Amino acid sequence: MLLRTLLAICIAVVLSPLILCATVVDEDLADSAAVAVSAVPEDAVRPAPPVNITAKDTPNDNGGSIHVGWELSPDDAKGMVVRYDVERKRSDASDSEFEVIGSAPAGGTSARDNYAVSGVSYVYRIAAVNELATASSELIPVTAFSGYTRAVSSSAQWFNTSRTVVLVFALVISFLILYYINQAKAGKELFIRKIAGLEAVDEAVGRATEMGKKIFYVPGTQDIENIQTIAGVTILGRVAKLAAEYETRLDVPVSRSLVMVIAREIVKEAYVNAGRPDAFHEDIVHYLTDDQFGYAAAIDGMVVREKPATIFYMGAFYAESLILAETGNSIGAIQIAGTAMPAQLPFFVAACDYTLIGEELYAASAYLSKEPKLLGSLKGQDLGKGLILLVILIGVIIQTLGVYDFASLFSVPVD
Amino acid sequence: MKREIPLVITGVVGMAFVIQYFIPHSPFDKFEQLFSDWFFIIAACAIWLGALNLLKLSIIKIQRKKKDWPYALIIVVSWLTMAIAGFAGGPEFQTPDTEFTWLYNFIYTPLSATMFALLAFFVASASYRAFRARNLQATLLLVAGFLVMMGRVLFDDILFGPFVQDFTPLSDIASFIMNYPNLAGQRAIMIGIALGTVSTALRIMLGIERSYLGGSE
Repeated sequence: MLLRTLLAICIAVVLSPLILCATVVDEDLADSAAVAVSAVPEDAVRPAPPVNITAKDTPNDNGGSIHVGWELSPDDAKGMVVRYDVERKRSDASDSEFEVIGSAPAGGTSARDNYAVSGVSYVYRIAAVNELATASSELIPVTAFSGYTRAVSSSAQWFNTSRTVVLVFALVISFLILYYINQAKAGKELFIRKIAGLEAVDEAVGRATEMGKKIFYVPGTQDIENIQTIAGVTILGRVAKLAAEYETRLDVPVSRSLVMVIAREIVKEAYVNAGRPDAFHEDIVHYLTDDQFGYAAAIDGMVVREKPATIFYMGAFYAESLILAETGNSIGAIQIAGTAMPAQLPFFVAACDYTLIGEELYAASAYLSKEPKLLGSLKGQDLGKGLILLVILIGVIIQTLGVYDFASLFSVPVD
Repeated sequence: MKREIPLVITGVVGMAFVIQYFIPHSPFDKFEQLFSDWFFIIAACAIWLGALNLLKLSIIKIQRKKKDWPYALIIVVSWLTMAIAGFAGGPEFQTPDTEFTWLYNFIYTPLSATMFALLAFFVASASYRAFRARNLQATLLLVAGFLVMMGRVLFDDILFGPFVQDFTPLSDIASFIMNYPNLAGQRAIMIGIALGTVSTALRIMLGIERSYLGGSE
């Protein structure tokens, strides 16, 4: 009997590191290893620990992040869990101890460790925490630990697979645009539909000339890194050239210093191209203020005092759009607006004579210049739109037939 | 070279932004922050160009007694007051007890709020014009606008509340208009904007669109 006991002890001693090792390395889920440790009264009711603990490298990131998931403690629904603490320790250092690196509220089933070091292996465990009130109303945490996960390390990925669909569409649309640019270069005639707002540019400049009044050009309230501002100052070149040819005064108040510098260059070049370099002076383009409502107030004041015959609003606008456009409307100016801010479009439509809606703002440069290469890009863009319409139509039909996986092919997670 | 170097920089930086969107790995993950930092540094330095331009034009206007010169005087006085208050406050000029903060809280903020508040009156005048039933489309807009307004202000409670519980036809109609016809229209515009952005970005990156550098093709 004694020999058998000694033999059993020897076997246990020999095998225990192996058993422990198997638990650490292979055990993804270690529900049975739940251990409760905390200095609480003996009769305190501990919540059951969470189960099915998993840890994996966060996908599609630049490393340094591990996603930890678990299933709720059976006592979560009974209100016996106030939070889940996520604990971590290095798996490759024997002296490493578990430390709390984050927590999730009751009902939470995942957390992200954003403090992991890429290439370093960690193991995780989750503590279901309940809080018990003592006689002195002090809250004592009562915890129950899950088993721990297998060792996991984070790493950076070379391609964000969640954006594959964006890459595919970007490549297809870019191909279409480049194809039609080449077609246009080769001399192929391209039909571009008429855009009323752009057809009216000549008329609007002519009106100001006949009335002997100024043209105001407002290139939005955003800086030059905004693509709408770039589109806006591009159209300015065409308007400035017309103004120079007609000898009409132009006034370009801007709200950003960098826009001022670039708009000046564009206007100067336009005056030179129109054969009127003498008519150009730097103050045609002048800075007012970066402040949104200060800018609106300044332009409103100028509009009311100087009563321009024509006002262009081309670029990115926010709440000041209607303040500007209504003031222009009140003095009877012909107004042409263009923006890609969907929320501001109704205001411009209500207050202006013509409005370039979204893509028309971007098309304006090509449309006004009639440059074949630029017109080719419009054609490619339109074909891209046709392609998207086709995909939407197919999606609607398939979804109506009860197949719901098609739409999920096009979902892109938002950061 | 004056034209080529900016075009090369634009193309390279544009491509870097495209690459960093698809490749999260270092060093591409740093590009966006790096270029943003550079832009803000340049923009912060450039603000002096604008601020001094405003001051210069206003002083010239006052000197020559041009039309409406008193407004220019207000600009110069305001400009100098804020600048002096800011510099006098030193590095801590934005702390609560400084003159700059006082000017900001009790002059600048109310003035901004006043301009923003004017929006309500402009919305009223624009709506009055937009919602006139001149033709079929305008009439549809008027009816849709009326129904959405009634639904949004919970008119159902006043109209049906005393008689039927949880009967909200106006609110339901408003939600339908906002969630289906309105959202469909918004999405169509958004798709067009996205394509226009891609097309413009491509033209700029490839150097086909270069009028933003000054001058035409």
